[in-house]
Amino acid sequence: MQLYELTIHEARDLLEKKEISALELTESVLARIDAVDDKTDAYLTVTADTARARAKAADKAIAGGTAGPLAGIPLAIKDLICTRGVRTTCASKILSDFVPPYDAAVMERLSTAGAVMVGKVNMDEFAMGSSTENSAFKNTKNPWDLTRVPGGSSGGSAAAVVADMCLGALGSDTGGSIRQPASHCGVVGLKPTYGRVSRFGLVAYASSLDQIGPLAKDVTDAAILSGVISGYDRRDSTSADRPVPDYGAALAGDVTGRTIGIPEEYFNSKGIDPDVRAAVENAISALKDAGAKCIDISLPHTPYAVAAYYLIAPAEASSNLARYDGVKYGFRDMSATALSDMYTASRSAGFGPEVQRRIILGTYALSAGYYDAYYKKASQVRTLIINDFKNAFKKCDVIAGPVAPTPAFSLGEKTQDPLTMYLSDIFTLSANLAGIPGLSVPCGFSKSGLPIGLQLMGNYFDEAILFDTALCVERAMGIAHKRPRL
Amino acid sequence: MKITRDEVIHVAALARLCVAGDDIDRMADQVGDILSYVETLSRVDTTGVPPTAHAIDINNAFRDDTPGRHLDNAGALANAPEAEDGLFVVPRII
Repeated sequence: MQLYELTIHEARDLLEKKEISALELTESVLARIDAVDDKTDAYLTVTADTARARAKAADKAIAGGTAGPLAGIPLAIKDLICTRGVRTTCASKILSDFVPPYDAAVMERLSTAGAVMVGKVNMDEFAMGSSTENSAFKNTKNPWDLTRVPGGSSGGSAAAVVADMCLGALGSDTGGSIRQPASHCGVVGLKPTYGRVSRFGLVAYASSLDQIGPLAKDVTDAAILSGVISGYDRRDSTSADRPVPDYGAALAGDVTGRTIGIPEEYFNSKGIDPDVRAAVENAISALKDAGAKCIDISLPHTPYAVAAYYLIAPAEASSNLARYDGVKYGFRDMSATALSDMYTASRSAGFGPEVQRRIILGTYALSAGYYDAYYKKASQVRTLIINDFKNAFKKCDVIAGPVAPTPAFSLGEKTQDPLTMYLSDIFTLSANLAGIPGLSVPCGFSKSGLPIGLQLMGNYFDEAILFDTALCVERAMGIAHKRPRL
Repeated sequence: MKITRDEVIHVAALARLCVAGDDIDRMADQVGDILSYVETLSRVDTTGVPPTAHAIDINNAFRDDTPGRHLDNAGALANAPEAEDGLFVVPRII
C-alpha cells in the first residue's frame, strides 16, 4: 500500500501514532501527481514547495501535541477558491494571472486545521459546465476511462481524489457541480445547505445557489472535511449562524426506522440509463434491507427545474461577472484607447464561449420587457420547487434518487449543443434552487465499468443524516476502496 | 429563432461583449434554443406565488462599524493591469 492511497481518517490514525510523517505523506502525493497527472490533467497549479513547508509544520505540531484535525493531510482545491499568493484562475483566460491577496474563509479554516494544499485543480470556466470541457486551459479526463469527461464543473477535484492525487478536495456546487463529478468519478461529494459554508473568497457565479463542499474517498472523510469548513462567517452576509454538529462522531450507518422518500419524477424520466437505474434501485434495496422504510413521494415541479435554473443562474452570473472590467485585476486588452472599448475588448477576449452565452442569456432575461416573463417567472417556480421539498420532508427524512441520468459521457459528446449539456443536470439543480443539502455516494458501476452515484437529499441543515445514510450505502455496496488503474 | 441577430448584438453590448461574424448566428441559435426550452415554465400556474430570491430565510446581516485591518494600497494594486502613483490607470474616458 502506498501512502497516497490512504483515506484522511486512515492517514490521521497513522500520523497520530507517528507511524508515518506528514512530509512522507505529502511527498507520496506529490510523486503520484508527477506520475499520473499527465494522463488525467486534473491540476492547474501544483504547490509543491509550500506543501512541503506546511507538511513539516504539521509534523512539528503533531510532535508537540498541538495538531489540528487535518494536520498533514494533502488536499486539492478547486481553482475558484481564493488562495493567498497562489494563482486562482477560475479556469478562465480573464483571471489567468490573478494572485489573490487574501485567503477564502474555507482556506483559513483548512489552515487552522493543519491541512496541506498540494495544488489547484481544473474546472469549467467560472464553474459553468457539466464536463470540465469549458476550461480555458485543458480538458481533464475521467480516470476510469480517459476518453470520457470527469463531470463538472468540479471535474478536477473529483479526478484528483479518485486518482489518489490528493487525500480529499474542495469543490463548489451551483447546480450539481460537486455531486455530478463525484458520481462520474466514483467518490463521495456533498453540497451543503445554503449558508452552511462561508462563500467569502469563493469567486461568485450565481450567489443564491453557490456553495463550497468536499469531495472525498469515503463518507467518513467527507464528514470530517465538512466539519472543518462549515460554520458562521460574518464576512458572508448569507452565512448561517448556527452550531456545526460533530459530523464524524454522529456516524453510525444505522438507518433503522429512517424513512427514505423515492421521488417518482426521478425514475420516470425518459433519458435515464438502464445501468444507472439498476445501480440506484440496488442501493435503495440495500437501504431497505438495512431497516429503512422506503416510501413513494412526488416532487411535481421537477420537470421545470432545468428551465428555472437556466434563467436564474445566468441572470445572477450576468450581474456577478460585470466586475471583470480589466481595471482592478484580470486580463486587459492593452490596445484599446478608450475606456468603454477597453471593457468590451477585454471581456470579449477574456471570457470563453459558454461564459459569454450565459452572460448574454442572463442579461436578456433581466432586460426591460422580459424580466417578468423570464426572471420573475423562474423565481416563482423556484418557490414551488421549495414547497415540493417542504411537503416531501413532512413524510420522509431523506430523499434518494440518481445523481445524473447517465454515467460519464465521452469528451466532445455534448459540447456542440449547450441545451443537451444543461439537461444532464436535471436531478441535481433542484437542491440548489431549494437550498437543501445533497450528497453523492458511489453505489455501483455500469456494464462498461463507469462509476454511478446515488443522490441523497436532506432537509435544511440535516447533513448529518445524509452522511449516516450514505455510510450505510457505502458499507452495503463495499466498493469505496475501488480505484481506476492508471 | 427566438432571438434575432440584432437582439444578440444589442444584449451583448449591454453586457459589454462584442459578438461578431459567424458567432452572431451561432449565439442566436443557441440562446434561441434555450429560450424556447424555458417556455415550458409558462405551463406552470404561478398566480399569487411569491418569487424566491434566496432559499434560506435571511434577514439583513448587520455588524458593528468598527475599524479593522484591510488590504493596503500595494495589495489592492498588485493585480492591476496598469497602475501608477498608487492608483489604477485606465484609458481615456471621454
